[in-house]
Amino acid sequence: MTRFLLRRFIVTIPVLLGIVFIVFALARMIPGDPCRAVLGERATDAVCDDFIRRYGLDQPIPVQFVIYLGQLASGDLGDSIKHSRPVTTLLVERLPTTVELTLWAMTFAVAVGVPLGLISGYKRNSPADVGTMVFANLGVSIPVFVLGLLLAFVFALVLKDTPFALPPSGRLSSGVSVTPLVVVWGLQDLQGPLRGILDFLSGIYTFSALITGQWGAWADSARHLILPAIALGTIPLAIIARITRSSLLEVLGLDYVRTARAKGLSERTVVIRHATRNAMLPVVTIIGLQLGALLSGAVLTETVFNLSGVGRTMYEAITGRDYVVIQGFTLLIAVVYVLVNLLVDVSYGLLDPRVRAQ
Amino acid sequence: MSGATPVTGSPMATEPGAPLGPAPMAADTLATARPASLWRDTLGSVLHQRSAVVGLTILTIMVLVALFAPIIAPFSPNDSLLGVESGVQKRSAPCIHLLGCPESQPQHIFGTDGNFRDVFSRVVYGGRVSLAIGFAAVGFAIVVGTFIGAIAGYFGSATDNVLMRLMDVVLAFPSLLLAITIVVALGGQSYFNALLAISIVSIPIYARIVRSSVMSARENDYVTASRALGESSRGILVRRIMPNAITPIVVQGTLGIGAAVLEIAALAFVGVVGIGDAEWGSMIAFERNQLFSAPHVIMAPGIAIILAVLAFNLLGDGLRDALDPRLNR
Repeated sequence: MTRFLLRRFIVTIPVLLGIVFIVFALARMIPGDPCRAVLGERATDAVCDDFIRRYGLDQPIPVQFVIYLGQLASGDLGDSIKHSRPVTTLLVERLPTTVELTLWAMTFAVAVGVPLGLISGYKRNSPADVGTMVFANLGVSIPVFVLGLLLAFVFALVLKDTPFALPPSGRLSSGVSVTPLVVVWGLQDLQGPLRGILDFLSGIYTFSALITGQWGAWADSARHLILPAIALGTIPLAIIARITRSSLLEVLGLDYVRTARAKGLSERTVVIRHATRNAMLPVVTIIGLQLGALLSGAVLTETVFNLSGVGRTMYEAITGRDYVVIQGFTLLIAVVYVLVNLLVDVSYGLLDPRVRAQ
Repeated sequence: MSGATPVTGSPMATEPGAPLGPAPMAADTLATARPASLWRDTLGSVLHQRSAVVGLTILTIMVLVALFAPIIAPFSPNDSLLGVESGVQKRSAPCIHLLGCPESQPQHIFGTDGNFRDVFSRVVYGGRVSLAIGFAAVGFAIVVGTFIGAIAGYFGSATDNVLMRLMDVVLAFPSLLLAITIVVALGGQSYFNALLAISIVSIPIYARIVRSSVMSARENDYVTASRALGESSRGILVRRIMPNAITPIVVQGTLGIGAAVLEIAALAFVGVVGIGDAEWGSMIAFERNQLFSAPHVIMAPGIAIILAVLAFNLLGDGLRDALDPRLNR
């Protein structure tokens, strides 16, 4: 097992290095003058020279890359050119929105997708199965932003005066706020990484409001999350339902299931204890793979629902040529994605001894 | 049309332990009633798949509509009708005379948009952009991906390792973010840059498919035989091994075009390409804030995207069921 983990981890290292290099190269390739993109078209040459020197943009590209690697090694992602603040601070501020959205979307996708897939696979060709598969086919074909706008239209306009009305934008209603953890716990003087972690957790409203008992704010933030989470979670939901269905169908045809039935086990036990468990293996992989797709979708969802998360920030940085932010955020997203997939592989190894043996 | 296993002529039918040595490509079936045609058999089994037929039908209609857009669209997609047509209104609701819309109002099947343009004409022309970019991007990705995958799979060892790690790196980025970055890095908002970006992002999928097909086919006896007969590496790769990869490539390519259509719409929606053009995603972005006052302007291109993607997905699923005998449960 240790060897399996180690080998899996070592394979990840060149991929991570490749990511760092590509992120750096792409950010440098973006045409246009970063100085004038930030300071405006009318910035004088003297001002721009100073600007370029300050951010090391006058150095040869390889030198810039080495400097960049050195900074990374010390946990410094640089300062945003546009916001004049450390990228890490920006991340602590913006990332919670995206993490929260992604987690809820994934929870929704798994909580609905897996049962749908199981029912569909178990009652093959029944109306429930056909219905689920039609829904799944539609689900993977709807662009996130069209679904988001459609949901906003239905729940914020059509159902406006009913109890089902839901807010179509933002994270909290105006006047509502979630008191940060450091304030609740009286730790305002705290500095360093721990402070960063606490601020990050505070930004995940449905989490921080829950553990500090701010029920009103919790309910409000949860209500704001429903539409974006459904919009973002529908594609993975459809994919998970399809994979679960075909995986269960495959497992139900295996000999050991017949044996279990022949032993006289109840159908319930056979399907739930014996078949479902093994049918879940491919589903775990898909959940990991879908994470990358969710992050792509998050850009669109954040745009539709006016959430200022990682996706929106990235987009603004790209159009505003804020190299440092582009590098930092892309790097973080890619690294998270690689690590999640590493985790999925490892969990696969834990679930299935055959994978370890290879 | 014997219902049991329709695709006997498929290149996939190469059992590793099959007793016959000769290359299956030269299947000389002696005296059959009609010449066994791989293409005819394939077509037959595809047409047996309901989802493939539905997908193909929608798709054919969409392609025809896009091709004959100038004939089908009643108005120009980009010109404002203000001052051209009497009684035209900004963001007017759909009006069809046959369905009881008063004759006094000008007919616009999908209504008009904020610039007094006919939404139906814009949707019709928008299909050209989406379909053309979808086909071209996937075509390019297949060519490059096949090349990379074939080399990696055939030569193995270090070549394989380097190429596939490179593919892993590309796959490590969320595709839309990478595509946005590439479009911007390539110098801006042209459709060609979007095409390249969408293409680059999807190369690893095809490289992986081809690589695994090549690796599993490489060890077959008929490949060894070809090698013993002195066939060149390239000949073996192109003539003996690659046919094994065609089925999965066709299936994935079809699904991939659907994904590309989604991606181009997303790029346009965030405003990276085609701002203000008659393109589905950009039409939605343009009228986004009118969602509550004129939903039809958003829903018409939205439904067009859904239909196009759905058609490719249905066709791809149908092709997979029809072409891959391993899935015939």
